[in-house]
Amino acid sequence: MEEFETPKPPHTNYINAEYGLKSWLLTRDHKRIALLYLGAISFYFFIGSLYAMAIRLELLTPQADLVQSSTYNKMFTQHGIIMVFFFLIPAIPATLGNFLVPMMIGAKDLAFPRINLLSWYIYMVGGLITIYALLAGGVDTGWTFYVPYSTTFSNSYVIATGVGIFISGFSSILTGLNFIVTIHTMRAPGMTWFRLPLFIWAHYATSLIMILGTPVVAVTILLVALERLAHIGIFDPAAGGDPILFQHLFWFYSHPAVYIMVLPAMGVVSELIANFSRKNIFGYKFIAFSSLAIAVFGFLVWGHHLFVSGQSVYAGMIFSFLSFAVAIPSAIKVFNWTATLYKGSISYDTPMLYALGFIGLFTIGGMTGLFLASLATDVHLSDTYFIVAHFHYIMVGGTLLAYLGGLHYWWPKISGRMYPEGWGRFSALVVFVGFNLTFSPQFVLGYMGMPRRYHTYPADMVSWQVLHVLSTAGASILGVGLLIPLCYLVWSMRYGPIAAANPWNLPGLEWQTASPPPTENFLTTPVVTTEAYQFAAPEHKEVVGKFERQKPAGT
Amino acid sequence: MSEHIVHPRVYLTIFLALMLGTGLTVLAAFRDFPGPLNAIVALTIAVVKATLVILYFMHVRYSSRLIWLIIGSALFWLAILFALTISDYWTRTWLPPL
Repeated sequence: MEEFETPKPPHTNYINAEYGLKSWLLTRDHKRIALLYLGAISFYFFIGSLYAMAIRLELLTPQADLVQSSTYNKMFTQHGIIMVFFFLIPAIPATLGNFLVPMMIGAKDLAFPRINLLSWYIYMVGGLITIYALLAGGVDTGWTFYVPYSTTFSNSYVIATGVGIFISGFSSILTGLNFIVTIHTMRAPGMTWFRLPLFIWAHYATSLIMILGTPVVAVTILLVALERLAHIGIFDPAAGGDPILFQHLFWFYSHPAVYIMVLPAMGVVSELIANFSRKNIFGYKFIAFSSLAIAVFGFLVWGHHLFVSGQSVYAGMIFSFLSFAVAIPSAIKVFNWTATLYKGSISYDTPMLYALGFIGLFTIGGMTGLFLASLATDVHLSDTYFIVAHFHYIMVGGTLLAYLGGLHYWWPKISGRMYPEGWGRFSALVVFVGFNLTFSPQFVLGYMGMPRRYHTYPADMVSWQVLHVLSTAGASILGVGLLIPLCYLVWSMRYGPIAAANPWNLPGLEWQTASPPPTENFLTTPVVTTEAYQFAAPEHKEVVGKFERQKPAGT
Repeated sequence: MSEHIVHPRVYLTIFLALMLGTGLTVLAAFRDFPGPLNAIVALTIAVVKATLVILYFMHVRYSSRLIWLIIGSALFWLAILFALTISDYWTRTWLPPL
């Protein structure tokens, strides 16, 4: 966008209000805590990516020429644990959510600022214990900790890793609690429930899952530790237990956890699609309620992870039906976003490119999920690269793209600086191409029978190697695509053009205050008089360059 | 929210009831009841103890309807976990082994 202001003397904002390490480590400002989270999750994302690179390198050739089997087991386990528990789950809620939930509803902070800071410390303690476990020797159970391997046979640091995840779960619960109370009690005058931006609805639904689901995985990990230490027998058939009970308990949380990752991403995409189409979003209430529907239905489908585990085929039929049902609210969102685009004044800025990428990739990820929700096809595709491709389309193609789109979109608000738009668009395209090249061959590999979690494959399967080479080449491109934003966003913090308060010229509350915002967000409490995404009627618009904007008052 | 003052005697009574429950659990563990009664007896004692903790130590008995709603929704979610898990255990033997 061309809406840059000439540099002005800096106003007092949340970044320059106080200086020194102590002012950051003891802050209660939700915006500073969001930045603490941003730094931490970036660190964990980097660690998780290193494992991904090593995995892709190993799979370049059929034989084991980089690591041994036991090391490879640890690599994919640790890639999964770091990425799921320490990047994807907190990625959008703890950074963008923390920063924006109070600003979007016109509040000065979250309801419990001290608990917000506490959640970051809990997250860091959990994360550092997990890092200790990785450095001490690592864990090799897969990120799913399936019994009896995790309770009886594994000689790796299962309990230490479990303790790290157990602790970090409380951070998630506290964030969810804070969001729910804030959204209920701290909305600005006039900000009724149906005037809330859809980003807020998505975070409200996410918070419900965080609070209702996370305790169950904590209890499950505790049971694994007790079984490992004291052989209490709850998962051991010899003592009257059942190993499949572990899978029920684990997936009761871990399937909804996917929605903890993707619902906030959907919230980001709703903002981007409406605002970069310059149109009121199509079907506001349907999108809002579909978030709640996903949160509720998401708790009813976990058994589709157990179709080939020995679960009753009758229970499998129920779970299969319910898994198809959860596709409905997801599809409602995709159709409504697409309908919003129709006849919109679409601008292809970097955030919009990520949002459009999200719609395509999430749709592919969702549709391939239906293959896995079908009892018969799941038998063929279970534990193959098809599943790896499917959930990466949701988690990377969905959550990561939305996270990057949101980060670019709100970067002027967060940092007070603009990022270089040309580089932004370029890297968004590189990420899209790299991602598809990495994961689309894996659908074919899985269909052909390549199992997941193996680091060797038959040397005479030339087609498998070709697909693996394509996938590794794609991962390299994806890696470059992710490094470019890292470089220019860091660069822009110091050298980027100073951003206007409302560089995208949008009606959202967060754009009606300075960039970066003052500590209290708004100098006077805003009063909301219209619904979200209300753009000016044509007679009140003017064309600036290739963009339409609202005419300044008095013209 | 108005604070309800609970007399220490109530806490003491509940504490003694919980201790009694613990004693009963230990006693029951040494007795072998017929059929599925072992699990039923142990779980009944556990549920009674948990209910006492929720009602008195967590002050839910004296709380607003909103708190009751939240407790109710948590129990509803627990019921989902139990119901769908039991749908597996209940029907697992319906198909004869191949």
